[in-house]
Amino acid sequence: MLVSTKWLAEYVNTQGLDPKDLGEKITRSGIEVDAVIDRSQGMTNVVVGHVKECVKHPEADKLNICQVDVGEETTQIICGAPNVAEGQKVIVARPGAVLPGGIKIKKAKLRGEESNGMICSLQELGIEGRLVPKAYAEGIYVLPETATPGESALPLLGLDDIILELGLTPNRSDALSMLGVAYEVGAILSEDMKYPEAMYTESNEKASDYLNLRVDAIEENPMYVAKVVKNVHIKESPLWLQHRLMAAGVRPHNNVVDITNYVLMEYGQPLHAFDYDRLETKELVIRLANEGEKIVTLDDQERTLKSNHLVITNGKEPVAIAGVMGGANSEVHDGTTTVVIESAYFAGGSVRQTSKDQNLRSDASARFEKGVDPKRVILAAERAASLLAELAGGEVLAGSVVVDELDKTPVEVVVSPDFINNRLGMKISLEDMTSILTRLKFDHQAANGYLYINAPTRRQDIKIPEDIVEEIARMYGYDEIPMTLPVEESKPGGLTSYQAKRRQVRAYLEGAGLYQAITYSLTSKEMSQKFALETAPVTELLMPMSEERSTLRQSLIPHLLDAVTYNTARQADTVALYEVGSVFLGETESGLPHEQEHLAAVIAGKWVDHSWQGEKKAVDFFVLKGIIEGLMELLGHSKELTFERAVVDGLHPGRTASIKLGGEEIGLIGQLHPSEQKVRDLKDTYVMELNLAKVLNKEVEALYYAPVSKFPSITRDIALVVDSEKAAGELQAIIQLSGGRLLKAVHLFDLYEGEKMEPGKKSVAFSLTYFDPERTLTDEEVVNAHNKVLKALAEQAGAELRG
Amino acid sequence: MEAQLQQLKEEALQKIEASQNVKELNDVRVAYLGKKGPITDLLKGMGKLPAEERPKMGALVNVVREEVTEVLEARMALLQEQAIQAQLEKESIDVTLPGRPVKTGNHHPLTRVVEEIEDLFISMGYEIAEGPEVEKDYYNFEALNLPKGHPARDMQDSFYISEDILLRTHTSPVQARTMEAKEGKPIKIICPGKVYRRDNDDATHSHQFTQIEGLVIGENIRMSDLKGTLSVFAKKMFGEDREIRLRPSFFPFTEPSVEMDISCFKCGGSGCNVCKKTGWIEILGAGMVHPNVLEMAGYDSKKLSGFAFGMGPERIAMLKYGVEDIRHFYTNDVRFLSQFHRTEV
Repeated sequence: MLVSTKWLAEYVNTQGLDPKDLGEKITRSGIEVDAVIDRSQGMTNVVVGHVKECVKHPEADKLNICQVDVGEETTQIICGAPNVAEGQKVIVARPGAVLPGGIKIKKAKLRGEESNGMICSLQELGIEGRLVPKAYAEGIYVLPETATPGESALPLLGLDDIILELGLTPNRSDALSMLGVAYEVGAILSEDMKYPEAMYTESNEKASDYLNLRVDAIEENPMYVAKVVKNVHIKESPLWLQHRLMAAGVRPHNNVVDITNYVLMEYGQPLHAFDYDRLETKELVIRLANEGEKIVTLDDQERTLKSNHLVITNGKEPVAIAGVMGGANSEVHDGTTTVVIESAYFAGGSVRQTSKDQNLRSDASARFEKGVDPKRVILAAERAASLLAELAGGEVLAGSVVVDELDKTPVEVVVSPDFINNRLGMKISLEDMTSILTRLKFDHQAANGYLYINAPTRRQDIKIPEDIVEEIARMYGYDEIPMTLPVEESKPGGLTSYQAKRRQVRAYLEGAGLYQAITYSLTSKEMSQKFALETAPVTELLMPMSEERSTLRQSLIPHLLDAVTYNTARQADTVALYEVGSVFLGETESGLPHEQEHLAAVIAGKWVDHSWQGEKKAVDFFVLKGIIEGLMELLGHSKELTFERAVVDGLHPGRTASIKLGGEEIGLIGQLHPSEQKVRDLKDTYVMELNLAKVLNKEVEALYYAPVSKFPSITRDIALVVDSEKAAGELQAIIQLSGGRLLKAVHLFDLYEGEKMEPGKKSVAFSLTYFDPERTLTDEEVVNAHNKVLKALAEQAGAELRG
Repeated sequence: MEAQLQQLKEEALQKIEASQNVKELNDVRVAYLGKKGPITDLLKGMGKLPAEERPKMGALVNVVREEVTEVLEARMALLQEQAIQAQLEKESIDVTLPGRPVKTGNHHPLTRVVEEIEDLFISMGYEIAEGPEVEKDYYNFEALNLPKGHPARDMQDSFYISEDILLRTHTSPVQARTMEAKEGKPIKIICPGKVYRRDNDDATHSHQFTQIEGLVIGENIRMSDLKGTLSVFAKKMFGEDREIRLRPSFFPFTEPSVEMDISCFKCGGSGCNVCKKTGWIEILGAGMVHPNVLEMAGYDSKKLSGFAFGMGPERIAMLKYGVEDIRHFYTNDVRFLSQFHRTEV
């Protein structure tokens, strides 16, 4: 909503406040002023000129040489506008003038002819092209004959004005009108209102003799008022009305259309003018459209209606879409002499639906959608009739044609001052409260310890006691509310154990060298299940904005790989990222997908880079595996953790494993398949994903201290020769199972496959630690235990001791 | 024999003097003082002397031996000291060479902001509540006083999965779910999480972003409690000197509704580019829980009241760290992420 402060001052005394200060007061008490706009934009030296003579430039077809009376002198100005003509009163920017955009006007010579200034269009004065009346859209603006040469043109055009741009929240549609804003400003400044006048002499003829009215859809249209005005002269509106409309962001057309728009801006009540003769039937019938019925609207578009759209008809065919836009067939035109003014209450929901279906939003529909003030329907119709009489020479027929079943009873709100003070944590006196209600012009009474308030119909947002709390608080001032903290039973806050563990997981991974990434949950359908640990029916959007963001992910890996590609393409040596986020699987009983929190990580590039001391290493499978092992140790699950060779689509078939806890699959790890790496232009890249929810929810043994023993442990190393395919993990498992209670640790320390080995064989060396916390072990005990291990290895894995 | 002894001594002292390292000196020791050395030989040969000369000669040999030993020990100490010096010199390093890097990652800046806010409110007795990102229309809208047909719930603005299911547009459904689960009991929670809106991604919009909301319900929770709580938050997050101001606003789920500004942390209120010359920065929306919201979740709005507030960690991170484009948070450029490594203040 654009509010001209000059126009506003007609309805309420703004106490000569600087518009900036007024804007700040309005903002602090309830309606945000987004901008304070100076329409003059610092312009000077812009005056009225009288074109005394206008001849073609001898050297240039499109230029005219004009002799212009600018008050103190008559001077020559070259003008290129096609519509400049002798006798016109025009806007002249004199030498030294500065126009919007910093354009400076200087004396100049154009094709040998002197030019002392510029004859201006409205656009050159900073008015948006879409607001300039069509007649002047392509040339200079022509002022009324009454303008005096030499006087400043800015006041004539209303450019000596400051506009407040209001950013209205949906509840404050009452401020979608100059009167509504005046009420608000009046309440803030404790000033009374001055209402617009509606005075005209009624004709002897009655409106009801000219027009019949019937409403067949009373729910959608509970109130309809029509006035008939004869003998109107269609012409340009007076300048003051045109510039007020432009200031409000509305393009002037002709006096009848401009008056309906002016009253719309003034009262917030949308009006429509029909050409009475073009209605043909002397009848208006308001009804729901027939499915598929057609109408050509004012914007020359043919529109197909649905059966829930409300239309105004002449009894035969639609002449307007109610509350949205008029029809071309009944439009006011230059030859119109009799007009019907419509002022109605159309139900918000109905207008919203229609305007949405037709993809057509207008100043009118925006106001109907939010609900207009029932009490202004008649007032606005009368105001329009009065202006038609005054500005279009119209003869207003007696009375109105009315259907009115609209409930105009104000909402009563009963609230106690204690309630208000308790909610606010304040001690505002009853006197202060009633004084605020008086300023707001809320009809109220204090009795029996309660305030009885009749909310004005213009304020449809006031319904419940809490609304009164807000009105009192915002007028009293939010700065006055003290600062306290909730008084309540003291309870410790904190994280759940799941949340606390998740934080530790993050800290661990970051300590291990990984950065936390956050990627999008939405992906393409094609990528949504790639690398997924578990797949289920996908969750797709009804109306995606793009194919790339149409489906919820079932794996975090694809977007992390995108991040690796992105970073690698930007010369990153190492990319190590992890993400904690949800995947979306199938559908639960409630109809929502099953959301599972996962952890994924990717590593690529160099892992260790300390070259000057000879340490340099690229990432490999075991870097990432080590990170997972460390994580499971942190979470108390290292004993249950195993890795098993697996095949996953998109991963290297020889370098992929499933991760298991106690035999249950909880994740995967692997190298990106070389062909995938090639597509993404990546070097060796390793990925892993875990079902984090499952891991964190898994029960863990209580942490209990084991005494630190004073007895020594004994270590025995063995080098085994086994078949090349034999998995090290299998050997380790055999050792652990056969080592008995004295075997405390097994550590693989060497692996050799090569020339010195028999083909098809490899050597694996383990270091075994034997230990008894109670005493020093004897050689014999260790030898016994160790022999059992060797025997088991020989029997179960065909392992021989390397000679 | 005496002359022989004197010559041996001279020889030994010369050789000691000539020794250049511990090993050479040890060779001298063995050669002259060892069991097979000439001095020992002389002692052994004393038996051939007349008895009366033996003590004199014995004493003489001992004196020579002691003298040689003393000189040798001194020389030994010197050579050892020189050897240590030489070794230290050899072992010295260029301390300006780079150390072995310890590479660690760090939190995403949004997590950094969220955890900072979580920890602040945990210290004031709040718990952290979470909920699904795919929500029922009921929890996302209806339970929050946004009935069907409300203009704020246009299909165009949300990602719907079906008529009744959508990607949550705010974290407020977690509040609605918590209220339902607590069955009328007091609540004090913070709800962080991802939310989604049907926006084209640009410098200031992201179809996926983060929110963190707070909710307190109890007996006689007042607007002054909201103001006090928000002031504690502003000072902790943006500095002890921060002032707050509340401006009236509108949200369907609160009444009264306010927006909170803080005095600009860059210029202190005098006006700069961060606060767009106003001295104030808009940080969050808040209000007293709407009675309809309380009643729908089974709370008696006559007996209990509450406040709620919500903010965007993206906005806070952008303000705090001067990030100019919201897309940086979702590009995962390591050059961006790694800047949030160090501690603050």
